[in-house]
Amino acid sequence: MGKKILRINMTDLKATYEDVPEEWARWGGRGLTSSIVCDEVDPTCHPLGPNNKLVFAPGWVTGTPAAPSSGRTSFGGKSPLTGGIKESNAGGMSGQKLAKLGLHAVIVEGMPKDKKWYYLVITKDGVTFEAADKLMGKGMYDVDVILGEKYPKTAIIGIGQAGEMKLSNAGISVNDPENKPGRYAGRGGLGAVMGVRGVKAIVIDDTGGEGVAIANEELMKKGRKALTAAIREHALTKKDGGLNAYGTAILVNILNEAGGLPTRNFSAGHFEGAAKISGEAMAEAIEKRGAGTMGHGCHPGCIIQCSNIFPDEDGNELVSVIEYETTWALGANCGIDDLDYVAHATYECNDIGLDTIEAGNTIAMAMEGGLLEFGDAKGAIKLFDEIRKGTPLGRILGQGVVATAKAFGVHRVPTVKGQSMPAYEPRAVKGIGVTYATTPMGADHTAGYTIAPEIAGVGGKVDPLSNEGKGELSLAFQATTAYIDSTGYCLFIAFPILDIAEGFAGMVESVAGVTGIEMTGDDVVPLGKEILKKERLFNEAAGFTALDDRPPEFMREEKLPPHNEVWTITDEALDEVYGWVHAD
Amino acid sequence: MQVEVTVFATLRRYMPGLPVGGSRQIDVQPGTTVGQLMLTLNLPPEEVRVVMRNHRHAELEDPVEDGDRIAFIPPVAGG
Repeated sequence: MGKKILRINMTDLKATYEDVPEEWARWGGRGLTSSIVCDEVDPTCHPLGPNNKLVFAPGWVTGTPAAPSSGRTSFGGKSPLTGGIKESNAGGMSGQKLAKLGLHAVIVEGMPKDKKWYYLVITKDGVTFEAADKLMGKGMYDVDVILGEKYPKTAIIGIGQAGEMKLSNAGISVNDPENKPGRYAGRGGLGAVMGVRGVKAIVIDDTGGEGVAIANEELMKKGRKALTAAIREHALTKKDGGLNAYGTAILVNILNEAGGLPTRNFSAGHFEGAAKISGEAMAEAIEKRGAGTMGHGCHPGCIIQCSNIFPDEDGNELVSVIEYETTWALGANCGIDDLDYVAHATYECNDIGLDTIEAGNTIAMAMEGGLLEFGDAKGAIKLFDEIRKGTPLGRILGQGVVATAKAFGVHRVPTVKGQSMPAYEPRAVKGIGVTYATTPMGADHTAGYTIAPEIAGVGGKVDPLSNEGKGELSLAFQATTAYIDSTGYCLFIAFPILDIAEGFAGMVESVAGVTGIEMTGDDVVPLGKEILKKERLFNEAAGFTALDDRPPEFMREEKLPPHNEVWTITDEALDEVYGWVHAD
Repeated sequence: MQVEVTVFATLRRYMPGLPVGGSRQIDVQPGTTVGQLMLTLNLPPEEVRVVMRNHRHAELEDPVEDGDRIAFIPPVAGG
């Protein structure tokens, strides 16, 4: 049998396998989840209501033998955090297993009539609906252990207490190769969308799966070889290169040097304690404590291996992974320079099922609002228990930055479309600010990572403080990203292929080889724009206007040290970024 | 004259003993460029992707001035 759409109806507790419609057959990953959401979800529906759906899909090449670093799973739906379309993708074990079961995408819809909670088990023989009573109220570390013992060597997708409470900052966890939570489709509250379906967890067992059919083996191999060579050659992605040795937190000191590391709720671009929470500090602590590791792979077949396992003070493995965004959000943005606090707080996020970016920003907002002082690590760690227990304060914090800002009367709110900004200050790095403002996803660095040329000198060099050409730069990155998010490849392959043309061509050839869809490098941006257009039109139908493509007011008025810059890109320039949607 | 120099991540091996986040004062002749400073420090040019002078992008041919802070950065990215 060819690929199928698996539709799981939680109202009737029935699963059906459907042929893939022609329009969906040409997409994978983000292109596919966004297409399905656009076709099947009413943009005006309530994100927590019966008409929203949770859609997830492996990428075009996910699950194929030895396609490097291609185990991503895209999750989509209407976001409770932004009110717009959302695609959030994760590494971990699920993508390859879904693909090997021949699943093009999974659509979870409806809500149980009996209001009970279930976990689902997907195998080659179908889907079973199991009572989730014994999992309820548990964090994801326990859920992975309980389900991992009953269903060994499976992928486990799940939600923590935050998803059970349908909080807007609830993410979806995917287990890693060690069966630990931490690979999160974190952004945008899709954990709540899973929760309202009455689904606590989804087990994927690919035993006996037919595997992924490859249309043109020769082309696939040619492309894979070129892409693999580019990843292995590039100083950033090769073994013992920057990402492998220091993880994504290699960026902490660099953004700090550039004056673009948001500090104490985006009130400065330089944090005096940055070095203590940097990738270099993590690597040193791991070596000194003799436990944990840098260079950890989040899914089988990754050859970049930028993840880490960080040990606690006693040398016991504690948590995976502390990303750049995580150590920034929980650390610098809260004025905290204690790496052990960051590790424990990351564990809490993984367990409760919270996006670390939104969680860190939320704590910073509570600090700005006077609930606790900036730098108060002991006070901050207690807030996670409030969320876990679902106290009134915890439920406010679990709704994210906008709700917390309202609760504490703060006007300095670093969000776009209701989603909080990641670890790059728009006033110091203008292109990423354009991405935050205009992407259909809400403030999201991964949606158009202009940091590569603006800070890292990857894919060219552009002055981060200049406004010039930033609209075009952001759109080019947004379109290319939408394509890469559809391949199933990790977005980090972008770094080598931006610098090595053969790698870029190889990526596209591998996709063409697997899918049989004719495409070349020239098709990448048009295909990406096709996806962006769908997402944009969904948001417009949901009620978004040009006014939703704006950075927050305070960034236009407050100078950001050390460069003392304000946001000066005009609204007209921002509107031009997506002007083509209705012009083409 | 003196400049303050720092290196990050994989470049730290060329300034052994420098603590994470630390910097060193280096004596240089007036008229020294960023590129000459890089060679003086024995930093392999192929491993230096970006240089920042006083927190802004600099070019190798830019002259350094007394009191400047110069940061040498290898290929980095992430997020």
